[in-house]
Amino acid sequence: MTATEPRTDEATKVTGTRLLRKEDPALLTGEGRYTDDLQIPGALHMSVVRSPFAHARITSIDTADALASPGVVAVYTGADLADLWADQMPMAWQVTEDMHNPPHFPVTQDTARYVGDAVAVVLAESSVAARDAVDLVDVDYDPLPAVVDLEAALTDEVVIHESAGTNKAYTWDLEIDEAAVAKAFDEAAHTVTGHFVQQRLLPMPMEPRAVACVPEPFGGGLTLYSATQIPHILKVMTAVTLGMSEADIRVVAPSVGGGFGSKLEVYAEEMLCTALAHKLRRPVRWLEERSENAQATIHGRGQIQEIDLAADADGKVTGVRVRLLADMGAYLQLITPGIPLLGSFLYCGVYDIPAFSFTCTGVFTTMTPTDAYRGAGRPEATYAIERGMDLLAREVGVDPAEIRRRNYITHDQFPYTAVTGLEYDSGNHESAAQIALDMAGYDDLRAEQAKRREEGGTRHLGIGMSSYFEMCGLAPSRVLASLNYSAGGWESATVRMMPTGKVQVVSGATPHGQGHETSWSMIVADKLGVSPDDVEVLHSDTNTSPHGMDTYGSRSLPVGGVAVALACDQVIDKAKQIAAHQMEASADDLELSGGVFTVRGSPDKEMPMAAVAFEAFTAHDLPDGVEPNLTAQVTYDPPNFSWPFGTHVCAVEVDEETGAVEVRDYVAVDDCGTQINPMIVEGQVHGGIVQGLAQALFEEAVYDADGNLQAGSLAEYLVPAAPDVPPMRLGHSVTPSPTNSLGVKGVGEAGTIGAASTVINAVVDALSHKGVTEMRMPASPLHVWEALQAARGGDGEGLTAEGATDTAGADRDAPSDSLQADQGGAS
Amino acid sequence: MLVTVTVNGVERSADVEPRLLLVHLLREVLGLTGTNVGCDTTSCGACTVHLDGQSVKSCTVLAVQADGSSVTTIEGMAHDGEMHPMQQAFMENHGLQCGYCTPGMVMAASALISEVEAEGRTLDEAAVREGLEGNLCRCTGYQNIVSAVLACARGELGDGTGVQVRDRQEVPA
Repeated sequence: MTATEPRTDEATKVTGTRLLRKEDPALLTGEGRYTDDLQIPGALHMSVVRSPFAHARITSIDTADALASPGVVAVYTGADLADLWADQMPMAWQVTEDMHNPPHFPVTQDTARYVGDAVAVVLAESSVAARDAVDLVDVDYDPLPAVVDLEAALTDEVVIHESAGTNKAYTWDLEIDEAAVAKAFDEAAHTVTGHFVQQRLLPMPMEPRAVACVPEPFGGGLTLYSATQIPHILKVMTAVTLGMSEADIRVVAPSVGGGFGSKLEVYAEEMLCTALAHKLRRPVRWLEERSENAQATIHGRGQIQEIDLAADADGKVTGVRVRLLADMGAYLQLITPGIPLLGSFLYCGVYDIPAFSFTCTGVFTTMTPTDAYRGAGRPEATYAIERGMDLLAREVGVDPAEIRRRNYITHDQFPYTAVTGLEYDSGNHESAAQIALDMAGYDDLRAEQAKRREEGGTRHLGIGMSSYFEMCGLAPSRVLASLNYSAGGWESATVRMMPTGKVQVVSGATPHGQGHETSWSMIVADKLGVSPDDVEVLHSDTNTSPHGMDTYGSRSLPVGGVAVALACDQVIDKAKQIAAHQMEASADDLELSGGVFTVRGSPDKEMPMAAVAFEAFTAHDLPDGVEPNLTAQVTYDPPNFSWPFGTHVCAVEVDEETGAVEVRDYVAVDDCGTQINPMIVEGQVHGGIVQGLAQALFEEAVYDADGNLQAGSLAEYLVPAAPDVPPMRLGHSVTPSPTNSLGVKGVGEAGTIGAASTVINAVVDALSHKGVTEMRMPASPLHVWEALQAARGGDGEGLTAEGATDTAGADRDAPSDSLQADQGGAS
Repeated sequence: MLVTVTVNGVERSADVEPRLLLVHLLREVLGLTGTNVGCDTTSCGACTVHLDGQSVKSCTVLAVQADGSSVTTIEGMAHDGEMHPMQQAFMENHGLQCGYCTPGMVMAASALISEVEAEGRTLDEAAVREGLEGNLCRCTGYQNIVSAVLACARGELGDGTGVQVRDRQEVPA
């Protein structure tokens, strides 16, 4: 009855190996099942009528022509649907008691507040008929002024939400000793100030959002399929928003084509499909177009940062002060207001800094709502401190690597309680940095730079570095409580050894490309001594996996994976009791190795786990008080975040004449604790780095002054392609997390957190001998040119199209900026 | 309009609207959902298929333009229960994560190799990167995709153990 021969010992351990992914054969052969692949007979197709104005009162909507269009079944305005909502769209992070959370419904009732705000919906028998009818819905708008500049928004000259009476959503302070910060600055030998803009970004997962809601044939239940990162949270929020029983809603996230935070969300279209399927008792489905994805899926970043550093004569930082303006966009989505708060804890970076203050003001604008995007607050924070450290190095007159050495929290200081009150579990920054500098040939690069500067020329070498912490494994629930976040940070896992010895794992973590099935199988294989092929992982369906907190914030492995390991431990404990009973031995004398129990001192006695599982199944002869079946369920709430860290170094070539930046070499040394599958770790780091590099060099959600998104499709928004990015060289160290039994930390956001500041530090470094100290992201040819002009004493005014601009998106090799001179919120 | 296309070796006919795109013929009419739609501007390459042996973005071709042609989709790449070498190379080199761009990548990459071989050129890293410029991936940072394509071009594949798949040459009716 056993599935395979049990594996034996350390020599056959699978964790730590580059096991190929179980997920891949289906995805490689077209058998992956994404939401829009589902064949649903009789489904109605939904299309959304979206506002072309950033801010406008809706004076009338005429739906008659649309309704008369062939194949159209229904057209609904916001007013038509008002009675479907038991509550407004969910917002789970009331960061301050007086924070404004203005009314937000799936279809706006009377005012459009960003280009793309839903104004009406069409249901038709085909997607083509629905799309055709959208153009026939006649909406009269009374345009109001757009507000795309954060400073201008704060004047409240144009108020976006009348109910709030102000565009200020909240002001949040990290309550730390202000007097200590003031003293640090009073006594400082050096101070520097950085003004940075975290431009808005479009997350752009390759799969657009997709939703399908199918009413069950009997009873009032519904199955909601969605390309979501958070089926469990979505289920609860759907029930609350629609006033339904949770028991009537099943949420399934089939294969999900990337999320990067943008599918950590409860979206209007999910509520609409569900409410309309419920109302009409017919399946309703919706597939987002890419241009809708740009307009109506959340955006990332969108912050204006001011950071002050105080340091003593040696460049040892004595205090950090941060002020942020954070662009909320037009409405608060699920965790919009909390994103800058997540970052607040990382503005001291990896440095031993005794005094810190942080204040953030959230601002409404007439742009698409912002929310979590890969790293969620932490890449922004790392950028500010790491750019700040370079400014300080220049001020003190030492090398950027040296200023960091003088400030690192050293490995012997861990566990280290930061000034923010959080405890950093482990780290060895000085070692990671040295490995990275050595790999990059830092000294040689500096020598080459000096030589080339002596020789003159217009193509300049720049070297950049950044060291980072990734606060991941979100999160201890008590910490989330202290931040007023409305959910816990635990994760659940069930491990069942089946009668045949095969193992079924049910996980609450919901993957969208991270390879959970493979990693969880590897953990189980080593714990229970089975082959990874004999482990089946169930996830992403609230019927089979009723408890979960889903996948975001690099939490899957350090929370969900650890839950799987703990459930295995419980299965082993139970199996040990049964095996001891069967072998007439004391449970204390049993040892498990390679899936076989042996009895200490009785070499002839042994019993494989699979045989125990069969005994547990037949239940013919179990010890008293032991229930049949080998099953354990664990809900694990981590005692702390986990703290991966690392140092990235890159070399860039900047052409002064064209403004082009070429990344010549990129080295990343990341330490995410114990690695379950190094291949998957590397893949996560590669992808993360390119998303950070893309912020540094290519991407920006540019708006014009009227609130029109100018980069609204992949033709204009420069997601880097293969020739745009360099080969990356990775190194690592392993500093296991002391807070979980696997020693694991997360890694999904590490690359992104480290990359943008590394690249921009390099670009500024390349031009530092020309007097450049600042570089507006993305470091496109125009921004490079502007920075050089500013350094020369010009202000970039009077810029003409000649030489410095070209057609947006026309050539991927020359990212363009013709649209950026006029963009709003970031000016 | 009646369109007849040989898809993965099987002749298929359908009566379609003139504006129907090839990708929608494949996905919605023929039920071959392995080919994905990622954008509406022919920018992402997720819908790449082979049309008479050439790599094309199937969102840029009208179904009627494909009339009388032969189309290979990702479902037609594996044979006799074994992956196409490019599929195997992607698996062995971790050239995919979420998998959404992957069918298009595999189709573009396999056509790239055929093209380069036909011209008697050797594929190096820069040529792979240039050759895949029309296919966007948001997960992998491209590095392992490039490694996969080079491994496939150089015949550096493992023995394929454990990567058996169902043969999809026969398209379900």
